[in-house]
Amino acid sequence: MRPYDIELLDSLPFPPSKYEERQGRLHLMVQEDQVRPLLSFLIKKEDGELSNLYHLPSGNCIMALVVVPRRGVIVIEGALEGTTYPSLTIELPSAHWYEREMMEMSGIVPLDHPNMRPLHLHDWPKNEHPLSPSFPSDREVPLVGGTYHYRKVEGEGIMEVPVGPVHAGVIEPGHFRFSTAGEPIINLEVRLGFVHRGVEKSMEGCPLPRALRLTERISGDNGVAHSMAFCQAVEMGTDVPERAKMLRCIYSEMERIYNHLGDIGGMATDVAFAVPAAAAATLRERMLRLNHDLTGHRLLWGTMVPGGVAKDIDAERSDHLQNALVDLGLSFDPIEDTLFNSPSFLDRVETTGTLSLSQAKDLRATGPVARASGWDRDARRDFPYAAYARMGFQVQVQREGDVLSRLRVKIGEMRESMSIVKQCLDLMQDGELRVEVPVPDGMGVGLVESPRGELVHCVHFENGKMIRYKVRDPSFCNWPTMEKAVLGNIVPDFPLINKSYNLSYAGNDL
Amino acid sequence: MFDIIERRLRGKGVVTEPLNVLQGMGHAKAPMASKKCDLCGLCVPACPTSAIITDGDWQVDAGRCLWCGDCQSACPKDAISFSRDCPAVTDRSALVLKRNSPATGRPLLNEEMRKVLGSSLSIREVDAGSCNGCEVEVNNLSNPFYDLDRFGIKIVASPRHADMLLVTGPVTRNMEGALMKTYLAAAEPKLVVALGTCAISGCPFGGSYAAGSGVSDVLPITLFIPGCPPSPWSVILALLEALGRQ
Repeated sequence: MRPYDIELLDSLPFPPSKYEERQGRLHLMVQEDQVRPLLSFLIKKEDGELSNLYHLPSGNCIMALVVVPRRGVIVIEGALEGTTYPSLTIELPSAHWYEREMMEMSGIVPLDHPNMRPLHLHDWPKNEHPLSPSFPSDREVPLVGGTYHYRKVEGEGIMEVPVGPVHAGVIEPGHFRFSTAGEPIINLEVRLGFVHRGVEKSMEGCPLPRALRLTERISGDNGVAHSMAFCQAVEMGTDVPERAKMLRCIYSEMERIYNHLGDIGGMATDVAFAVPAAAAATLRERMLRLNHDLTGHRLLWGTMVPGGVAKDIDAERSDHLQNALVDLGLSFDPIEDTLFNSPSFLDRVETTGTLSLSQAKDLRATGPVARASGWDRDARRDFPYAAYARMGFQVQVQREGDVLSRLRVKIGEMRESMSIVKQCLDLMQDGELRVEVPVPDGMGVGLVESPRGELVHCVHFENGKMIRYKVRDPSFCNWPTMEKAVLGNIVPDFPLINKSYNLSYAGNDL
Repeated sequence: MFDIIERRLRGKGVVTEPLNVLQGMGHAKAPMASKKCDLCGLCVPACPTSAIITDGDWQVDAGRCLWCGDCQSACPKDAISFSRDCPAVTDRSALVLKRNSPATGRPLLNEEMRKVLGSSLSIREVDAGSCNGCEVEVNNLSNPFYDLDRFGIKIVASPRHADMLLVTGPVTRNMEGALMKTYLAAAEPKLVVALGTCAISGCPFGGSYAAGSGVSDVLPITLFIPGCPPSPWSVILALLEALGRQ
């Protein structure tokens, strides 16, 4: 056990009924009514963050994953007696969506939860819970009527603007309900779940090779991050070869580069600034073609495999990659100059869609969104995986929390990513690409910094069979924060704010 | 501002691919077994979506294929390669590719459709449960490399303006209603295109409590564009071929 864990155990407000260390994680077993005080302590006193919360049917307990940056991962297992427990949301707003999810998916009711509406399932009968073991995955559930009650704003001159699920642009489906007084938004409610495909249920009992292909398709543009988190979870601490670690870093940074390039261009598009938008789209297409040249897939799917990587980069391709990145850096400079030298562009992005640091912390934002609001968090540095411990890079932090800050963070991260790829190529030595992974058993955790933020996969095996798979996409944390960031902004700025967040609907809905 | 004009005057940066280059990049390439294959059947369980059948002859359903290459790495004889030209089709069964079958023909729309929509086509994209991989590639259709608008094909904001619905995803339970409304909102004559593996067969998510098994369960499909996700050039080729433009 690490010194920190021992210190922590001594300082806990009450002793857990049992504790143990598994694969470097501290597991604390407590009763259902102790989960809330324990979580509050870890979050408020130890500066931890709630990274995952879900129900595990075998053993009937709720699992809460708390990460304490630079210290470690703590798992709280709260044993339930029935199907209820005291809600956490009252003290910890960051548990809000997790508890709603748990309520509909597993039928576990958080008592006194302030908002008991469904999250992912629409027109769904009350007594069916897809993640309960008695629910067959292919059951056809009829649509039952009923209205979803949006938060109502009433008063003279208040207009309600419904948008979606089918949007004007080529984006994923989701419904936004704006309440406006004149132009400014005074309330936004996001209703998602339209792309709910039942990923977690499909993963139960799924053989690993097929599960790997499913994880690549949880959120397509973050396919590398998702499949890497899956691999880490099922590897359960198996050491992968050095060369594979380097390649994992390279592929995930390549993914970050093309994602951020898309966002930067997208922000220019959304203020109708066509020149930098087209230039960024050109660079992005070059990167996608480079991805294809390196790995055979434009979105880099199929690169990860439990125990290592599936695709190597030989010396010739490595030179090609180096040159392409130098070229990218040079071609990107004029885009940045154009954006930051345009007063009309800066006018649109400055002070637009501001998320304060306290809001970010309360709702537990993650990734570029959190960093733009001044919260210095990055899983690559705080919980180094793959070869990140040996990489030198600066975590990009801004203070204002507006669209401009998020743009600056993404530009900065893209440059850091280019440098990380370069460092990997310089340090990489010949060697094995993958090792055999032992048959997994027990609990595994995958924690990865995807382009959108901290991504967590938790897996539970029993007798060699996957019995529960929980995915927590960074978008799941960031969607509620967007409802706060748009307040007071005008409706036409919403697409811009949305683009600066660039959240995944598919990853959130699962 | 002046630096933008200056760079334009220097005349750098035209990247748009001429049509013949796009044609050279070709259609999606589906996996196909060569003569070395002795139908040992090891690739069948390796396929995550059960797209391969080895009864009688080696065949693959390109409408279920994820293009993942798991069959290729499972083959002990190195007989499978991504070599078979797999254009878009108007008939779902034509996506089942056999070893010695002739190449699939051009996916031509009927004459009336070609006459009405042939030189000007408006597309509304509807995500009915995709992972957003297809959205990435549909967005890329408008980038300077592919510049879809030059072919008279444009992506429009409303189904009211659309001649074609480009549907991705297996059609989730929660999106089915919205997809039907979008379809009804489009004016006649209209076409529905299933883009990508999920939309064609629902794989790999389809058949669960939350996702259907493809768009054809709820809407009549005129064109199936295979790929996971389909590349931008294969989408352009599919549309131009269907419209009889090449």
